Amino acid sequence: MLALQDLNFSVEAGKFVCIIGTSGCGKTTLLNVMAGLQPPTRGDVLLDGVPIRGPGLERAMVFQSAALMPWRTVLRNVTYGLEIQHHSVKDAVQMARTWIDLVGLNDFEQSYPRELSGGMQQRVNLARALATNPKLLLMDEPFASLDGQMREYMQGEIERIWRQTRQTTMFVTHLIDEAIFLADTIVVMTARPGRVKSVLSVDLPRPRTLDIKKTPAFHALEDHLRDLVAQEFKEMMRQPEGGVPA
Amino acid sequence: MIQRFWNEIIVPNRDLLLAVGTGLVFVGLWELLPALGVADPFFVSSPSRIFKAGHWLFAHGFWYDVWVSLIEFTLGMILAIVFGVVTGFLIGWYRSLNAMFEPFITILNATPRIALLPLIILWLGIGMQSKVAAVFLGAFFPIAITVMKGVRNIDETLLRCAHSFGASDHQVILTLAAPSSVPFLVAGLHIGVGRGLVGMVIGELLAAQAGVGFMMSRSASLFQTDKVFVGLLLLAGFGYFLTVLLKFIEKRIENWRPL
Repeated sequence: MLALQDLNFSVEAGKFVCIIGTSGCGKTTLLNVMAGLQPPTRGDVLLDGVPIRGPGLERAMVFQSAALMPWRTVLRNVTYGLEIQHHSVKDAVQMARTWIDLVGLNDFEQSYPRELSGGMQQRVNLARALATNPKLLLMDEPFASLDGQMREYMQGEIERIWRQTRQTTMFVTHLIDEAIFLADTIVVMTARPGRVKSVLSVDLPRPRTLDIKKTPAFHALEDHLRDLVAQEFKEMMRQPEGGVPA
Repeated sequence: MIQRFWNEIIVPNRDLLLAVGTGLVFVGLWELLPALGVADPFFVSSPSRIFKAGHWLFAHGFWYDVWVSLIEFTLGMILAIVFGVVTGFLIGWYRSLNAMFEPFITILNATPRIALLPLIILWLGIGMQSKVAAVFLGAFFPIAITVMKGVRNIDETLLRCAHSFGASDHQVILTLAAPSSVPFLVAGLHIGVGRGLVGMVIGELLAAQAGVGFMMSRSASLFQTDKVFVGLLLLAGFGYFLTVLLKFIEKRIENWRPL
């Protein structure tokens, strides 16, 4: 099945880019291709001008489900990527501590994932990705399993952490307000096969707090995006499988 | 006062007291009924007779039988764990090995192991080797099969996560496949320990020169019921000890279970 077609856009270093689209439009496929977990049938993804040919040290992925190892403590989960990349455990632990601090889990270093809430598990997931110091951070709907309040809280946290790191990030979501709140640039995708429908820049000032969601500028963007996404949703529903990924 | 005793001592320990109480009543009846002439002690023995027989046995070289059984069981289990883990891992990880050997393992696992004993005794004789083999055959299959399942049940997202960091096959095996199969290994041990014990006893009953089961079958053929019960209680105690030990280990690996 064709998931993506004629998809062209570029991401500037140090920017937070959100990819938004209806379900089944190939958002996750796009991230998998960028992570190198899945080769594109045609075309290339270039990172600093070099085509991506497989998983690599310069990219890291934050998964939809926290994907933590239940037998490792928080600290050792965060060191995992570093260990795979041949850092000694001792070095990895030292490097990991900075990131655990940043995501606010210093009191939970020795806890096991099962002892943490969903939001905390996602922070570990994020710290593990950040710890490898990637050029590009890929996030695949990381808050999908959190409830509404926790989700908004984590949006605030991501915004804060991003301001501190200026980490180039691609964040996939289907929530319009989440995309506006976080992004410098929003890429709206069409229904399957996914193409770029429109690229918007978000000029809301940073630091952003949740109050920004109440401002007229935010609402204007939200209305505009809602129209764009609604058009694609209609298109998706016209497709034979109702747009549900097979 | 009585009220307080009831509330603070009896109520919180209700289940324990019920268990101990039932046990005591059972032992009491066992002692009482033969003494009153209701049951024939020649067949049912009694706790005091068993105790005396046990005392006599241990004073007359029964230690050697216990020692032989223990060695047979331990050796058989060690071999079963080593080969079971390796086999389970290989078959779980490599598709072609799975295709080649899974039918063998499934068929042998479905065969009543007792049916193999005559052959084993034919091959290995009536010494300890045949009993080690009997324990091994009992424990090997459940261990190999559960480890194989564990390796195959690696969490898909954890695998993607490892690959996204660029993990090699060898890193995936060490950091992911091995730890995630640990809870399965313990589950396999639970079954394997029971089956290994059965293998040991049946092997000793069938043909042996020493061992707890050997003592039991010899005593039974001499109508020494008391001694048979000594062996039975010893085996029951050992089985119970192993169960408790495994439960303890299971608690320790609580954190290893998938989220």
